[in-house]
Amino acid sequence: MEGYSIKDEGGCPQLLDLIPKERDWVVKRAEETRDGLSEERKLELSLGLGPPGGEWTIKENTNSTERYHHIESSSLLSFGNYFSNQNHHPVIRSPWQQQQQTKATPYFHLQSTHPVMKESSQPCSNRGAVELLQQSAEKNTAVPNNSSSAQKRTAPAPVVGWPPIRSFRKNLASGSSSKSASDSQNAAPKKVSSQKPTENSPKGLFVKINMDGIPIGRKVDLKAYDSYEKLSVAVDELFRGLLAAQRDSSDKNEGGKVIGGLLDGSGEYTLVYEDNEGDRMLVGDVPWHMFISTVKRLRVLKSSELPKLSSRGCKQGKLSLDK
Amino acid sequence: MCLFQCMMNYFPEEVLDHVFDFLSSHRDRNAVSLVCKSWYSVERFSREKVFIGNCYAVNPERVLARFPRIRSLTLKGKPHFADFNLVPHDWGGHVYPWIEAMAKNGINLEELRLKRMVVSDESLELLAKSFPNFKSLVLVSCEGFTTDGLAAIASNCRYLRELDLQENDVDDRKGQWLSCFPESCTSLVSLNFACLKGEVNMAALERLVARCRNLRSLRLNHAVPLDSLQKILVQAPQLTDLGTGSYVHEPDSETYIKLKNAIQKCTSIRSLSGFLDVHVQCLPAIYPICTNLTSLNLSYAPGIYSNELMKLISHCMKIERLWILDTIGDTGLGVVASTCKELQELRVFPSDLYGVGNAAVTEEGLVAISAGCPKLNSILYFCQQMTNAALITVAKNCPNFIRFRLCTLNPTIPDAVTNLPLDEGFGAIVKSCKGLKRLSVSGLLTDQVFLYIGMYAEHLEMLSIAFAGDSDKGMLYVLNGCKKLKKLEIRDSPFGNVALLADIGKYETMRSLWMSSCEVTYGACKSLAEKMPRLNVEIINEGDQIEASPDARQRVEKMYLYRTLVGPRRDAPDYVWTL
Repeated sequence: MEGYSIKDEGGCPQLLDLIPKERDWVVKRAEETRDGLSEERKLELSLGLGPPGGEWTIKENTNSTERYHHIESSSLLSFGNYFSNQNHHPVIRSPWQQQQQTKATPYFHLQSTHPVMKESSQPCSNRGAVELLQQSAEKNTAVPNNSSSAQKRTAPAPVVGWPPIRSFRKNLASGSSSKSASDSQNAAPKKVSSQKPTENSPKGLFVKINMDGIPIGRKVDLKAYDSYEKLSVAVDELFRGLLAAQRDSSDKNEGGKVIGGLLDGSGEYTLVYEDNEGDRMLVGDVPWHMFISTVKRLRVLKSSELPKLSSRGCKQGKLSLDK
Repeated sequence: MCLFQCMMNYFPEEVLDHVFDFLSSHRDRNAVSLVCKSWYSVERFSREKVFIGNCYAVNPERVLARFPRIRSLTLKGKPHFADFNLVPHDWGGHVYPWIEAMAKNGINLEELRLKRMVVSDESLELLAKSFPNFKSLVLVSCEGFTTDGLAAIASNCRYLRELDLQENDVDDRKGQWLSCFPESCTSLVSLNFACLKGEVNMAALERLVARCRNLRSLRLNHAVPLDSLQKILVQAPQLTDLGTGSYVHEPDSETYIKLKNAIQKCTSIRSLSGFLDVHVQCLPAIYPICTNLTSLNLSYAPGIYSNELMKLISHCMKIERLWILDTIGDTGLGVVASTCKELQELRVFPSDLYGVGNAAVTEEGLVAISAGCPKLNSILYFCQQMTNAALITVAKNCPNFIRFRLCTLNPTIPDAVTNLPLDEGFGAIVKSCKGLKRLSVSGLLTDQVFLYIGMYAEHLEMLSIAFAGDSDKGMLYVLNGCKKLKKLEIRDSPFGNVALLADIGKYETMRSLWMSSCEVTYGACKSLAEKMPRLNVEIINEGDQIEASPDARQRVEKMYLYRTLVGPRRDAPDYVWTL
């Protein structure tokens, strides 16, 4: 967001390096709190920052707070140095900084340009910090499903029930208003799965793209293009090498055969997409900006697999392919 | 009072009865029934509308015994946080026993309003077949039924006036439930099926609308296309409340022109919603009715971008209630502030960001609204960030808030400018808004904010807390200070046994308390339950966190306690323990 100037103090270069520009507020937070405003405060702040393992807490009462602070301490680079003026614990900053260097990667590497990896793939400025916060909260709130526990180990999961909106709205927002009732029962996997196709980043629209015959998919940032032709070129670039490797053809030396004719049905492959209603559509029918607003994922299918269409004249032709 | 009472006793009961007819609010009636035994007696026979805020606080038999002439029942089931998936879906809140009891007792039920309850198809069938005068079914945030249940209602309720489904989770059985309204059904006044996912028979819908001349409120689901909307509007220009279905068409087609004409004749529309799918170029058709709108809900329409929203809203000068997505942005809220001088209620919901370049809203938008809309009294605001200064300004501009719900998308974000907690900001709100009844806080908050709440929020009835506070003191401030508190819900905050057990009598003055991911232990909950037999203290124990004989010091993940007249409920699933 605008309006924030990152104070360039020498204090925390590591944080700056790790946090992409979008998360200005996050950086600023960390910078400013370094000035020890907490020293003036008498009350404890609930959010201390500790190494992700929760090895040390800053709370007075320790009986059952360890776990609680595990929730909070394993989180929130945004709460850089919110240390309370503790009676028992002095304000500790350096261990955090040092910890950062070692622990930073798994928790704070929220580069939005990375394809889906083990770590968080949804570095949205709204959620990035919260995802980290809830890594252990997930455990504590006992969300009963497998996918979220898998997520827990490898990447921060979204907070259960935050922001507090009804499932009905969540389904709308993620464009799956025609999905079945089971979605509302399992918010965590629903939320996770609905976020998979697109990045929640204000600066890029990443959607998954899979190609027939190639087991590994790619992700493409649709905001980087402004026309179907450019997208088509990008798809070719993404998959040409993989396709060639797959086929093990003699063309390998030249980097593979060009994947062309994606948009007009003339090539070996055709580009289709899934829209926000879950329907499969041919790419190219609607204006680009409309396409951007409804596309959820892309697929490159073998043209021979598509039902024969006599012409591309039918508007918004829907493909009734299974799955 | 004694003289008054004597005088009142000279009046025959019929007079009292007639006087009580003028009392519609259940709170008034509850108060009246406490005056004396004869008033209690007259009141209970004359009460037709019964409101039960927690379906487990009492049971059907007792309700029917006290109010034998009941005609309308409102029930609420699951705790509020169930809306956000914090409560397992089979926790409870079944309506069937209530319908069954009323059917058995020959109750002349006309209206049933349910919120967060589990409604099975069997319940709906029993409902449809047991009450010949049944007129009105309103289901909000319920689940457990399918379109088959709706078909039963449509087929059997001959005098049905209202079928209002709001944000329910309904399985689509691909039947033709809407076609089940018989040709003889002409009584519908309100039909809202916007939350249904499946298709309805268009011809049946159009015929239904045509023959229900009293239809005032119609909210369609996304499966109803624009050309059907056009035909419907031609048949029903008397509508006062319209929810469009799919609002997508070619703007230069004949259908669209017909729609424009039809809409222009709908001069009574005061409330507009829908636009689940929208082609923004078709929006100008609704501009003519915008000038008379008092209620506009575009919060289901992520397809309308900021510019279009602003254009639309600039026509809506009489809006009193506005629900939108944060795609409107701060600039758009500025337009609202300068246009909608009658605005009383604003809700700004988060749109999941797909990177289409829509900014969320910030404190600027809120300040603009507070400055521009003097009648504002209710707000729900999901924002990217907030500042104390903004909240202080808002408090100064709008001392009339009854409901103030702020939700920062990052639940523990501090003041965006000063990095301090948002204690002072919320403190200003509670200090200034003396009539505040409902408050939700978020952002970085310490015990201080609860000190303010306890001190100033004298009329507060419902408080929602998440990721806030430092110690038991915070919760204690609230419990000690807020005398009118009815519902307290807390998640992920460091409140523990000391706070929980400090004033256990307080909980009998409240409807319920929810605490999840806090610091309360099993032992404390057990002790509380033992001392207070008129409370149900429920532990939701998912994932085998607590073994059969749990340690008293073990933390409880989710606790829900509520006052009750009827002891532990018998329909709790295995993982819910009533201590």
